[in-house]
Amino acid sequence: MQIIQPHYHAIARTAQDYERMAMSGVVAVAEPAFWAGFDRAYPETFIDYFRQISEFEPTRAAEYGIRHFCWVGVNPKEAENTQLSLEVLKKMPEFFEKSTVLGIGEIGFHKTTRNEEQIFEAQVQMAIDHDQLILIHTPHLQDKVRGTRRTLEVLRHMNVNPERVWIDHVEEHTIREPLNQGYWVGFTLYPITKCSPKRAVDMLEVYGRERILVNSSADWGPSDPFTLQECIQDFRRRGHSVQEAIEIFHNNPCRFLGQCPDFDIKPIRMEVADELAVS
Amino acid sequence: MQNPKEVLDSYFLEARCQILEIASMLDRYDRAQVDQPSSNEDQRIEKMYASLSMLSLRETATDRSERLLNLFSDPE
Repeated sequence: MQIIQPHYHAIARTAQDYERMAMSGVVAVAEPAFWAGFDRAYPETFIDYFRQISEFEPTRAAEYGIRHFCWVGVNPKEAENTQLSLEVLKKMPEFFEKSTVLGIGEIGFHKTTRNEEQIFEAQVQMAIDHDQLILIHTPHLQDKVRGTRRTLEVLRHMNVNPERVWIDHVEEHTIREPLNQGYWVGFTLYPITKCSPKRAVDMLEVYGRERILVNSSADWGPSDPFTLQECIQDFRRRGHSVQEAIEIFHNNPCRFLGQCPDFDIKPIRMEVADELAVS
Repeated sequence: MQNPKEVLDSYFLEARCQILEIASMLDRYDRAQVDQPSSNEDQRIEKMYASLSMLSLRETATDRSERLLNLFSDPE
């Protein structure tokens, strides 16, 4: 089965992960810009990072037949440093011209501070002005409800098209409001925090598959790119068809990311080959 | 041996994750009961709730694991 991993931090992973993902059916990954585990000191460090994920990482993925796309942005944690962030924002538009860049992300809230909000708003406005897709991070644990609600409040006051916004890391207590307001939502499968593969399948059964993306994130922390395949396996184990799985794990990423013209992978459908047909 | 804070630092998130898995499994069971009701209550679900009742008692005994395993064991 063909799979798209829509949120994947490839620079934190090994070539062996690419190889095993390719062997398991992954045809494309999309890499949001995120926190490196320490706060960067210079705008130039971000720019080099954007070059790494928009220019170099696609070549590494291509070795295994995987398409690699990315997002650029100042992540919520480092957005606390507004002076640094504003310097980075000045350089971001030049990356929108690259054929591997899908939009601005992952942006949003970490501790839901005024500084984070200022940089979040500036990046949403930049996305609107430059017709870019938006990928929003929501906080991890006890801050998730507050951060998600504030995210929706900020977006409500901006002229943003919800169909072009993906609010990621939702769980059972934060999925309803974004979905009801027309946004795309993402389930991020982590071994301990965020969502588990089984709980993700539960939410798919409760809320359906429309405007839902499932991803492993898979970064430098405790994470596993194959939680996505684990989720697919549990989805199939509960009796859902291969085509239904394709709709969620391949076609939905195509539908959302395909709003960026550079993402040219199309939804697919399984058909029975009629080998007895006379040509 | 760890002190109480260190125990929570080491294992709180993992335990939170496991409790969430139990909650989601019970939700899944209840949705299935609505979708395809079964007349006979399965003893396994009774044991799940009995074990949760036991865990909800905040006491100082440190043999919860042993008592849970006995609860899930066949009678002698």
